[in-house]
Amino acid sequence: MIHSLFLINPSGDIFLEKHWKSVVSRSVCDYFLEAKEKALEPEDVPPVIHTPRHYLISIYRDKLFFLSVIQTEVPPLFVIEFLHRVAEMIQDYFGECSETVVKDNMVMVYELLEEMLDNGFPLATESNVLKEMIRPPTILRSVVNTLTGTSNIGDTLPTGQLSTIPWRRAGVKYTNNEAYFDVVEEIDAILDQSGTTVFAEIQGVVGACVKLSGMPDLTLSFMNPRLLDDVSFHPCVRYKRWESERVLSFIPPDGNFTLMTYHVNAQNLVAIPVYVKQSISFFESGSGGRLDVTVGPKQTMGKTVEGVMVTVHLPKTILSVNLTATQGSYTYDNGTKLLVWDIGKLNPQKLPNLRGSLSLQAGAPKPEENPSLNIDLKIQQLAISGLKVNRLDMFGEKYKPFKGVKYITKAGKFQVRT
Amino acid sequence: LPPRTRTCSDLFLLSSRNDDLKEMLESNKDSLKLDAMKRIIALIAKGKNASELFPAVVKNVASKNIELKKLVYVYLVRYAEEQQDLALLSISTFQRALKDPNQLIRASALRVLSSIRVPIIVPIMMLAIKEAASDMSPYVRKTSAHAIQKLYSLDPDQKEHLIEVIDKLLKDKSTLVAGSVVMAFEEVCPDRIDLIHKNYRKLCNLLVDVEEWGQVVIISMLTRYARTQFTSPWREDGLFDENSETAFYESDEKKTENEDEKKSYMMDPDHRLLLRNTKPLLQSRNTAVVVSVAQLYWHLAPKHEVGVITKSLVRLLRSHREVQYIVLQNIATMSIQRKGMFEPYMKSFYVRSTDATHIKSLKLEILTSLANEANISTILREFQTYVKSQDKEFAAGTIQAIGRCATNISEVTDTCLQGLVLLLSNRDETVVAESVVVIKKLLQTQPTQHSDIIKHMAKLFDNIAVPMARASILWLMGEYCERVPQIAPDVLRKVAKSFTSEEDIVKLQTVNLAAKLYLTNSKQTKLLTQYILNLGKYDQNYDIRDRTRFIRQLIVPNEKSGALGKYARRILLAPKPAPVLESTYKDRDRYQLGTLSHTINTKASGYLELSDWPAVAPDQSVRNVEVIEPVRIHLYLYCPFPLTIQALHQGWPMSTQTFNTSSSEVESDEEKSSSQSSEESDKSSSQSEKSSSESDSEQKKKTTKKPPQKKTVKPTAKDRYHTIMKYTTLSNQPFFRSYLSSLGSRLHGFVPKKCLSRSLCFSLYTHPCPLSCAALLQVSGPAFVPEKSHDLLHRMTGKGLSAQYQFPRQPCLYQPSMVSVQISLTNTSDRPLEQIHIGDRSPTGLNMHCFNTIECLLPEASVTVSLGIDFNDSTQAANFQLCTKEDQFSVSIQPAVGELFLPITMTEQDFRQEQGKLSYSSATITMAAANTTSQPISRQVATVANLGVVPSGQDNIHRFAGKTASTGAVVLVTVELRGESTALITINTEKSVMGPMLLRDLKRALAQA
Repeated sequence: MIHSLFLINPSGDIFLEKHWKSVVSRSVCDYFLEAKEKALEPEDVPPVIHTPRHYLISIYRDKLFFLSVIQTEVPPLFVIEFLHRVAEMIQDYFGECSETVVKDNMVMVYELLEEMLDNGFPLATESNVLKEMIRPPTILRSVVNTLTGTSNIGDTLPTGQLSTIPWRRAGVKYTNNEAYFDVVEEIDAILDQSGTTVFAEIQGVVGACVKLSGMPDLTLSFMNPRLLDDVSFHPCVRYKRWESERVLSFIPPDGNFTLMTYHVNAQNLVAIPVYVKQSISFFESGSGGRLDVTVGPKQTMGKTVEGVMVTVHLPKTILSVNLTATQGSYTYDNGTKLLVWDIGKLNPQKLPNLRGSLSLQAGAPKPEENPSLNIDLKIQQLAISGLKVNRLDMFGEKYKPFKGVKYITKAGKFQVRT
Repeated sequence: LPPRTRTCSDLFLLSSRNDDLKEMLESNKDSLKLDAMKRIIALIAKGKNASELFPAVVKNVASKNIELKKLVYVYLVRYAEEQQDLALLSISTFQRALKDPNQLIRASALRVLSSIRVPIIVPIMMLAIKEAASDMSPYVRKTSAHAIQKLYSLDPDQKEHLIEVIDKLLKDKSTLVAGSVVMAFEEVCPDRIDLIHKNYRKLCNLLVDVEEWGQVVIISMLTRYARTQFTSPWREDGLFDENSETAFYESDEKKTENEDEKKSYMMDPDHRLLLRNTKPLLQSRNTAVVVSVAQLYWHLAPKHEVGVITKSLVRLLRSHREVQYIVLQNIATMSIQRKGMFEPYMKSFYVRSTDATHIKSLKLEILTSLANEANISTILREFQTYVKSQDKEFAAGTIQAIGRCATNISEVTDTCLQGLVLLLSNRDETVVAESVVVIKKLLQTQPTQHSDIIKHMAKLFDNIAVPMARASILWLMGEYCERVPQIAPDVLRKVAKSFTSEEDIVKLQTVNLAAKLYLTNSKQTKLLTQYILNLGKYDQNYDIRDRTRFIRQLIVPNEKSGALGKYARRILLAPKPAPVLESTYKDRDRYQLGTLSHTINTKASGYLELSDWPAVAPDQSVRNVEVIEPVRIHLYLYCPFPLTIQALHQGWPMSTQTFNTSSSEVESDEEKSSSQSSEESDKSSSQSEKSSSESDSEQKKKTTKKPPQKKTVKPTAKDRYHTIMKYTTLSNQPFFRSYLSSLGSRLHGFVPKKCLSRSLCFSLYTHPCPLSCAALLQVSGPAFVPEKSHDLLHRMTGKGLSAQYQFPRQPCLYQPSMVSVQISLTNTSDRPLEQIHIGDRSPTGLNMHCFNTIECLLPEASVTVSLGIDFNDSTQAANFQLCTKEDQFSVSIQPAVGELFLPITMTEQDFRQEQGKLSYSSATITMAAANTTSQPISRQVATVANLGVVPSGQDNIHRFAGKTASTGAVVLVTVELRGESTALITINTEKSVMGPMLLRDLKRALAQA
């Protein structure tokens, strides 16, 4: 299936290669590099490239290209999903996924890749299993290793590989047993000029950090599970229980994982927490224009809106901006034409406003379209859909775990058209 | 840098560094060796050549240090192909390791051995694979499945032997092996469908528990398999197929014929099994799994069932950019054939300015496919925003999309044309040019009344530089020169001036225009035409020279010109068919969805065609499995006691001491096998007798409660019905329920779906008592379950036993007329409490389903049991005694009136109808400020009473419906908001006592925040 993997940085240097079958010359990447040259943005590189002898499937993530070489028919998503798992694995092991981190841990990354695929077919992709085979680096362990000569490589088969619970390792032990759940909701919305919602929906993720000893069997129930329109689960969740009782019943993996993601139907009215009053206009003469943006709270359920940020991709013909913000600060990058206004907390008494003039390059025509505004925001302790966790029960173990639930609402792809 | 561009000094440096590595590898210290190996691996990872170190590295293959050994393995696999002779030195080490007691070492030895691509060792590999295929450890067997593919690619001649191993491994029951062996099957012998028959049902049943990657491979294999083994399910519901609308208009005669056909189609139970077992995987977090299930449904499911995949596919649009790209491509293909599937989710395909270019164009493609008379105005409004986009390529794409909508939907053709003409005055050239091209195509479809548009375009000619647009204008002028007799020659004059500097495509059209004008208006254009033809004659491009020569012969009469000259007018000015604006995804459906071939729109190497449905299904019995191999599953999960169940792996997978009410009845669906199955049932019952004799006394107690065994050899329809009834009564047994819930929760793969008839599954998972419920009033799940629990017995009065009760608001499993109550018992004393059970109750007629005696409750332990109580639709308390071995405590449960209902779903219309039939009581109240919007009202009402929400057309009226548990009387609640804070609550019910009580509770709840 997957023949080879190349890691390529944005300037086109190949800094890691791994082959699972016979070696493929790195000159195959030329086709990819060519396509990359053509694309304006790294995101615009087509994910699937057809070359005379190979097929190249790539992802762009964390400012890195993961490029895999394929020789025969395979579902493209299979490869794409795997490449994302590789990125997640690097993130999981080393705290971040970047060129420097990979270069610093070259051997370990290489060993991990060796474990993840056998002959191009995924062998172990569960973080819990991998961590038993190759232990993640810690300062303490590297000191111990150099002193005693022990290794980072596990010498027995991870139990997860053999049981029907491949995602959990055996023999987990904690002195403080705790289970935390984060309900994170993102509002995806498109608002039009007048502030009317063109499209809005809520995407939620229930993330978990479970540090429980033994083999706990957890049941998480919601007050209002019927809100959820569409869900996807971590493999540990028992689908039938959800179908019949609308509770999440599972034996959790150890550590951090995404328990479920869900979607709240667009048919239910989605509360839009802020409104944006804006006017961006350019003079007919073509010499410049004015920008005036005000942000205010709308349906916030009595909570404070924090971390508000407005991002505008100004037209390419803009020469400079001269703006004043009544709250927060703005930055403007003339290279990328990106205007970022970092507002912070919204104060309903005194609405933040950004206004001023835009000047165009001499002789440039009046821009055809006004740029759209992308909004970022955060509301603590609120799930905007109204979803509430009812209770968490544990079976199978005797101790009493410490439990906690946190809610947070964020803006996802929240766009205001102007 | 690639290795060969390295300079000499670099090479020198490298070799000197290698010397130092060699020394380290030959030292005695493991730590030095390890260090060296790490550096070597880093070199390999960077793509540098380290092959000259091979001799030094291979010596360490037998090292005791595991980490060192692993790194040596990695090195070996990389370079063995280049250094074959030296690689052979390591083989004996692996052969030894293959016999190691540690399964991890055995597996990794096989992994490396099979990865060494050296032809000489093929026999050794073959032997190792065969041995590993019968290893005790499933992990080693999995590795052997991987090794099969490696050996096959090294030496395809081994195919026959390898197929034997595949056949053996396909029979493996471990979920670990399933995915890998199917992968090997796909690579080595995808055409040997016969190997799958016997394993088909097993694979379907294991599927949920196989790891994600294996699921993808198995699903894709099963899709191909199903297409060869089952008949098409599509004929039956041609009516659901939007594209074959003719079905509606077919004469009645034909229709009845169709119906006959419809009746004759019966989905093969195995076909159904596959569909049913893959459906849960739509909820997988792995996008590849979701799409593979989606393609399975698309290619295998009856048309009206395909809709289930829509939501999941739309969900994937939230995922990474690359995932979006693939999913959108698949949706694009689907949406051409089945608009209806994605139309409700149209807004999910709206473009954001931050989307990548290829995502934008795919979304545009889908929006265009989804356009119909009803939504076209919305889509066009959306397109208007896109046309203004800063991304000009995307704007151009939008204009094409508008053109497609205009041709597909005749109602909006004019509107679109007007809009496009407006765009002609756009400042951006790409936009204008694209509009010209699209307008040209549109005009061709209805050229009659648009001469003013043509004139307008002629005016534009001076300002447009994009060749394609200039060519389009010239073509339009020529084609419709009779409508613009004044302007066309003028345009020709202008282009003649600039002829030499035009692009080829413009030149060709200039020649065409000249020829057409020459034929219609030779007086004005004769000279111009000759001028252009002369220029063309000496053009650099041979196409243009060729065209010029051809045209000259055709239109200018001279002695050499043949008979063709007479037809010049008919050739050049023939009416031309309008171009059809089609989606580029139109013909992609020839590839299986979700495949690489579908994405690149060409056949990728190794692509396996999906065959057409067979007209007649091949023999179904090939999938029957004769061998009875009981699998024991121990269930401890939710059962109060361990339950041993024997699931039989055969066509009839379930037979247990719980289930031995003669399995043959249900199976009699397959009448062919009825005699055989009766034999089987005999066997199974003898087995169950054995196991029940083994079971302990506790289990025996349960056994006595079971319905009597039944042995029917020739079952009838009536008998089948009885079986269903029996299963339903069986479902009243608590241990059966707990068995089911635990089984369902963890062991989905083993759920004996086949033996539970569909109606039963239905009853167990959704409606506990479908046989007694009025079919009309569908009981729905509770809208809200209050967690409030009430004290039943305080620990002080209960001498350490404390009890609390709660209404879970689930329909009662024991009897439909009962209300289920959950009691949690906790032992707060410091000694175990024994034999907790329910004693006397009053009123004596109280119908109550007690929980089974709890033999022992340890200190600090607690247990939750459930009761069913028939309150007879009154709020009178149920009094009973809670007993332990020594004590008896009188307790009582007094339900709030709201708990005596079960929520039902009905439409607004039904609601009104019912309302008319029932007497009512109502009250006007002042609402608390917080309760004036719909959500809080629903919540408050749901807290007070277990009622279902009825969808309401008006914003200010909220409706709820339910029925009483005991008698099933309908209860309807209407909350109508009047003005700021007043509301009118109306309750319709024939229960004259319950109505006012409910009203009082609701008033209280809504009036206070």
